[in-house]
Amino acid sequence: MTTISIDRASRWFGNVVAVNDVTMTIEPGVTGLLGPNGAGKSTLIHMMSGFLPPSSGSVVLDGKPIWKNQGAYRQIGLVPEREAMYDFLTGWEFVLANAELHGLPAPGEAAKRALATVEMEYAQDRQVSTYSKGMKQRVKMASALVHDPAVLLLDEPFNGMDPRQRMHLMELLRRFGSEGRTVLFSSHILEEVEQLARHIEVVVAGRHAASGDFRKIRRLMTDRPHRYTVRSSDDRALAAALIADGSTAGIELDWKERALQIQAIDFYRFTELVPRVAKEAGIRLLTVSPADESLESVFSYLVAAK
Amino acid sequence: MNVTVARLTVRGLLGRRRGLLLLGLPLLLIVLSVVIRAVAGQDESTASNILGTLALGTMVPLVGLVAGTGAIGPEIDDGSIIYLLAKPQPRWKIIISKLVVAIGCSVVFAALPTYIAGLILFGTYESLTLGFTIAALIAGVAYSAIFLLLGVVSRHAVVWGLMYALLWETIVGQYVPGARTLSVHQWALSVAEKIADPGVITSSVQLSTAVPLLLVATLGGAAFAAARLSRLTLAGEE
Repeated sequence: MTTISIDRASRWFGNVVAVNDVTMTIEPGVTGLLGPNGAGKSTLIHMMSGFLPPSSGSVVLDGKPIWKNQGAYRQIGLVPEREAMYDFLTGWEFVLANAELHGLPAPGEAAKRALATVEMEYAQDRQVSTYSKGMKQRVKMASALVHDPAVLLLDEPFNGMDPRQRMHLMELLRRFGSEGRTVLFSSHILEEVEQLARHIEVVVAGRHAASGDFRKIRRLMTDRPHRYTVRSSDDRALAAALIADGSTAGIELDWKERALQIQAIDFYRFTELVPRVAKEAGIRLLTVSPADESLESVFSYLVAAK
Repeated sequence: MNVTVARLTVRGLLGRRRGLLLLGLPLLLIVLSVVIRAVAGQDESTASNILGTLALGTMVPLVGLVAGTGAIGPEIDDGSIIYLLAKPQPRWKIIISKLVVAIGCSVVFAALPTYIAGLILFGTYESLTLGFTIAALIAGVAYSAIFLLLGVVSRHAVVWGLMYALLWETIVGQYVPGARTLSVHQWALSVAEKIADPGVITSSVQLSTAVPLLLVATLGGAAFAAARLSRLTLAGEE
């Protein structure tokens, strides 16, 4: 049972604060580190993997600091976001070199096992430079797994993967989590995180915005007021029908855009209400589009709600 | 010394354009030596000039620069060094392994060609060839350590290295005698001076000054590089 504890950790680069007073504990199982681009996810992962000391606070693995502690890498497997990875080697040579660098007693066996785990044996004799992004990601994964680590840290592991590769990697991570390993992966895509992680840590602008079960955080995200732009064959009649329901907080007739600007306060009820009301009133819906669904606005709401 | 780190370094160095550069410089020296010997015959002053200026003064620092910075700089620049560092290996071992490879390159692509060029130009007379070969060997070791350190501390290691090897040692050293005291080229020459017959090779630096400075540059460079590598941080991509 290996745990990473971050206690009031901050990290700044000159005047820029990348991580601001973050406290979280990463326990066995799969944890998703969610946040928009530039939120400080990579900085946090770099601190957890011993490649960045916190400017203040502490980051420890089972009570021992990770920074300048090379022994910690016996327990940590790291899948970095960067793609560069000794492209002149074949996949086999790359994973084997990683096994040797770990000082494993049977590096060849370990490399074989790791490549089999990520299903890359078929391309193991090809040079890494010829791999697709998804294949590179899987070989990086094999190199991180080669020493059978208790902790697996993955920085944006699904970037560039096709849906099949993504599903395969998710299955793998789920399996590692169920085996009692501590798996942490970062992502800026909510759907990606909720498909895989029960536990989510949300960071926004370097701050720890939310923590806990993904359902709780999902609820927080969906329960916030949503704004929609709706166009229909009869905007006025549709507005009258929608405002009668409690899921709608306000409706504005936007003459310029020839549309309705609607503020909904009950996401699920509202999304069910619109097509039903339109159908009952014989109104044809032309556009139903969320007006403020950018991830940044969702995260900003979370920060404000905390 | 870690064999895997050394193997990766060798393949990284020789497998890319650097390999061609490392091979091209000594080939040029040897071809030039054959031509000069054929045209000018066996002449001590010509041989001394070619070996002192072209071999020790230009080829050795350039090979040291390519091998020293190339052994680690590109991995730090593109971030692939993370695969070496995220291992339970002391960082000094990584530096030593890379230094050994850089020195090996200097021996093969600088000291050995200097010896071959010396043999072509002047044979084994007056220990001229031996003197310059030992000088190339010693300078290769020092350059490798200094440029390896530059590769760890700066993203512009090649520019700094070229400024030192060509600007400081060649141009500044020519007009400012004091600058020669801080010149790997002169330190190596002072060793060569002792090996060759008297008066054949001359240096501006005494051996008693050159040897400690060579040791400080080599050992200090390697130690400082290891210390910097152990504090190497990776800034976020964000």
